[in-house]
Amino acid sequence: MTPITSPCDLNHRSPDDSQLSKSIAQFAQLAPGIWRNHLFKDIEHLVRLAAVMAIALIAFVALRAVVVPKSFGQYGHYRGAAIAETAARPVAFAGHETCEACHTDVVEQKKQGRHVVVPCEACHGAQAKHADDPASVTPPKLDTAVVCARCHEANSAKPKAFPQVVTADHSGGLACDTCHQPHRPKIDDKADTKPATEVKK
Amino acid sequence: MDITRRRLLMLLPAAAVAWQYVQAGTPEASPNYKLTEHWWGMLIDIPKCIGCGSCVRACAEENDVPEGYFRTWIERYHVGDWKIERPEVESPNGGKQGFPPNQNAAGKNFFVPKLCNHCVESPCTQVCPVGATFVTPDGVVLVDKSYCLGCRYCVQACPYGCRFINPKTNTAEKCSLCYHRITKGLTTACCEVCPTGARQLADLKNPKDPIHEFLRTHTVQVLKPHMATGAKVFYNGMDGSVR
Repeated sequence: MTPITSPCDLNHRSPDDSQLSKSIAQFAQLAPGIWRNHLFKDIEHLVRLAAVMAIALIAFVALRAVVVPKSFGQYGHYRGAAIAETAARPVAFAGHETCEACHTDVVEQKKQGRHVVVPCEACHGAQAKHADDPASVTPPKLDTAVVCARCHEANSAKPKAFPQVVTADHSGGLACDTCHQPHRPKIDDKADTKPATEVKK
Repeated sequence: MDITRRRLLMLLPAAAVAWQYVQAGTPEASPNYKLTEHWWGMLIDIPKCIGCGSCVRACAEENDVPEGYFRTWIERYHVGDWKIERPEVESPNGGKQGFPPNQNAAGKNFFVPKLCNHCVESPCTQVCPVGATFVTPDGVVLVDKSYCLGCRYCVQACPYGCRFINPKTNTAEKCSLCYHRITKGLTTACCEVCPTGARQLADLKNPKDPIHEFLRTHTVQVLKPHMATGAKVFYNGMDGSVR
């Protein structure tokens, strides 16, 4: 060791060069022995462990490839094919545009009254099967006493502007289509609104 | 036909291509539909709702919802004078058969239809441990029932109570925004049958959708905005008592 000349030198001092090279040489001489005698003394265990881990890794990768669905991760952390599967479900309600394509007479009738905004299947129920096969699937005749009351039975929670009646007082149990034409409900003197003129073809 | 070595070699690539199709699953039902061109939501106009229950019945029929469970339902609110924090809410059988006359007609009474809010930051999809529920690229929260374990985490996580466990399949179920209909260019079953137009399907990515003009000109709110779920069901004219 060279003498320390100033306190600052303390931080920069390294072991004497000659001493360092001597210890490196010593280690190089001993190294192969350490290698052989200590590190790889139990090399067989290490090889076995490595083999087990390699097999586990291969098994994991292989199993994952089989188990994880192909489309998983296509759009995010889920099965991408599930979107198309959900979309493939058949529809039950055909939509009023489909009904209107054939029932043009009803469209004309509805245009004359306030029921123009009421879609067909609100009263007639799901009719996609009828739309697909109009000949063999025919919708049942509706009971107006029930169907009309669903919307028009008085209830204080309904908007005040919405036409409401207490059916017991209003009709005394008579079916609504005795007086009203459901597709054009307003009663007036015009000849085309005779009671119960529900067009059935 | 004998399978010679040459014929086998010719058949193998064809079989490989066929297998690719088998693995890909059900083919897209609506080939013209582009996931990236839509962003679905719904508008509910409370002053128009008459509580007829058409939407609840249509939803059950369209989606085969088991009896006693609801993907959409209607609540009737009764607010007595100033008691805005103590509304009386009832929903007999989800409003499926409509509502009986009010016991207490005094005060404020109105209907609120409810359904999945198809949140952008949906709490339900975040808790799913297996990736069985997710937000689609067009903004609909769906359940992959072939992947769902039925662990019920999502049922607890939804702040709006929109999920349930289907007793037949034992998997989570919820409103799919009639995904099988909207991808075919139809509206949802509930919107289709609403006689007063109180429910409107909205495509927020379509600049021609009337929703944009409506949102701009009306007082619109979402349910539980303090939860920051990014709900996409917009309520017009909603009273402060609605939970």
